[in-house]
Amino acid sequence: MAAYFVQRLGAVMFIMVAMSILVFLATHALPSNAAGLILGQYSTPETQAALEHKLGFDQPLPVQYWHWASRMLQGDMGQSFEMERPVAPILWDAFSRSAILAGSSMAVVSTLGLALGVIAAVWRGRWPDHAASIFTYCGVSLPEFYWGLVFILLFCSTLHLLPASGYANLSDGVGTFVAHLVLPVATLTLTLLAHVARLTRSSMVEALDSMYVKVARARGLPERLVILRHALRNALIPSITVLAQDFGFLIGGIVAVETVFAYPGLGRMLVGALERQDLPLMQAAILVLTGVYCLANLTADLLYGVVNPRIRYGGSVG
Amino acid sequence: MVAPLAELTAALEIRRRRRLPVALVVGGVLVLALIVIAALAQWIAPYPYDQMHVRDRFLAPNLHYLAGTDEYGRDVFSRLLIGSQLSLALGGTATLVSMGIGVPLGLIAGYRRGATDELIMRTLDVMLAFPPIMLVLLILAVTPPSLLKTAIAIGVLAVAPIARVTRSVTLDLMSGEFIEAARARGERLRYMLMRELLPNVWPVLMVEASLRVVFAVLLGAVLSFLGFGVQPPAADWGLMISNGRAFVDTAPWISLAPGIAMSVTVIAISLVGDGLREVLDPRIADRR
Repeated sequence: MAAYFVQRLGAVMFIMVAMSILVFLATHALPSNAAGLILGQYSTPETQAALEHKLGFDQPLPVQYWHWASRMLQGDMGQSFEMERPVAPILWDAFSRSAILAGSSMAVVSTLGLALGVIAAVWRGRWPDHAASIFTYCGVSLPEFYWGLVFILLFCSTLHLLPASGYANLSDGVGTFVAHLVLPVATLTLTLLAHVARLTRSSMVEALDSMYVKVARARGLPERLVILRHALRNALIPSITVLAQDFGFLIGGIVAVETVFAYPGLGRMLVGALERQDLPLMQAAILVLTGVYCLANLTADLLYGVVNPRIRYGGSVG
Repeated sequence: MVAPLAELTAALEIRRRRRLPVALVVGGVLVLALIVIAALAQWIAPYPYDQMHVRDRFLAPNLHYLAGTDEYGRDVFSRLLIGSQLSLALGGTATLVSMGIGVPLGLIAGYRRGATDELIMRTLDVMLAFPPIMLVLLILAVTPPSLLKTAIAIGVLAVAPIARVTRSVTLDLMSGEFIEAARARGERLRYMLMRELLPNVWPVLMVEASLRVVFAVLLGAVLSFLGFGVQPPAADWGLMISNGRAFVDTAPWISLAPGIAMSVTVIAISLVGDGLREVLDPRIADRR
């Protein structure tokens, strides 16, 4: 287990270095004129060249990468071209707001997904099963931004129940804070729910048909106990792994959902930085998101080992 | 090697008795209809997709404009029809790209095993470890956007999962007697892969392909919504939803109509996939 952990951690490091090189090269291939962007429209070619020299843009690429990477590792992410402020605090604010969104969505997805899956499996072939499958089909058949729009249309424009966009600090009151979260979380939940619910259903169906459940029933245990303690416990293993994998999808979803709801998180920041070619902001945002994604994958793999000790690590996986 | 006639008819009899899954029939009819609509869109569409009717801006759906008009007075219905071409082209191209690269890789990895297998699969693991949307966003933000490039970028993303599925099915097939027979005949690598393995892997790949088309259509929509995919004034569904966002209070049909079109497309293709899976693995159907 320990050797496996070290090996996986090494892989994560490797991915991060590879991604940083990729991000660095890609942003340098951008046709943008960084010095021109910083100095504004009244700059001359001479002042631009001087600034480029000062920023080190005239040095060979590997040297530039080395300087850039070592600064990043020290926590200095540079200055945002557009906002003319250091990237790190902006990034941190956006990151924490995205984390709130992602965390609440994951909480809702896991509880609701497991519940729907269990309900569908227990009443398999009857109306609760069909209702659950129609509901989850709806969720995956449209991209998250579309559901975001539909929710805005329903709950904001028509019913005037919830704010359509933005973010409120906890200091503005718990009610306002939660109200701003409801729609983005609901949107993310709807698109992620299907995966967990379907998997839970199929592993629950398998568990309910198994010998140990039959034995438990034969022993005369109450059905509630049979379902929760015997079947669900075994069916939980794949669901937990898929939840951790879904976290990766969540990152993609967050980019779109934050844009729809004008939620000031990391995803929206990234889209803005890409549009305005704000290189330092873009690089930092992509690296942070990649890091989170890698860690989520790592957690998924490790969790799989914890909940299912039969898995053997090391050697080639078949 | 001709199977005795009686055996053959018996097999056919069993086949016939098992009805085609409803999902496959409904999905198949819908997908066919969509392809026909996309192919004939230019002729079915009542107006050119970019024709602006300045006096008829923001009209609700009516008899002249079946799905209403947008902020430039363009007919939303005509744009929907033309948009189906873009969506199907994107989904098709992306899937072709991922299958074109992923299937051969998976076949070779599963057939050769050993070092070749390790090399291919570990490289794909690295690809899988990158957050997918980041890569596509990076590529599309750095270079000028186009439909083809979006399709290729999305297609490359799906190479790893396709190769994995192909490899695992190939590994299962390798213990088959027909492989042993072909080996004994001294068949060459290309024959083994294309004639012996591919036809047997194909059914499973069809299911995977349907998933990939759906994935590509949805991701393509997200990308054009974010502004990194197809560019205006193209009648792309994602782009139309995005444009209509500003008018969702007063003219919701501009955004809602392309969404409905997209959901019909996605559900139709998913139904085909589910139906195919049911045909291939009847246990799923029995278990219900």
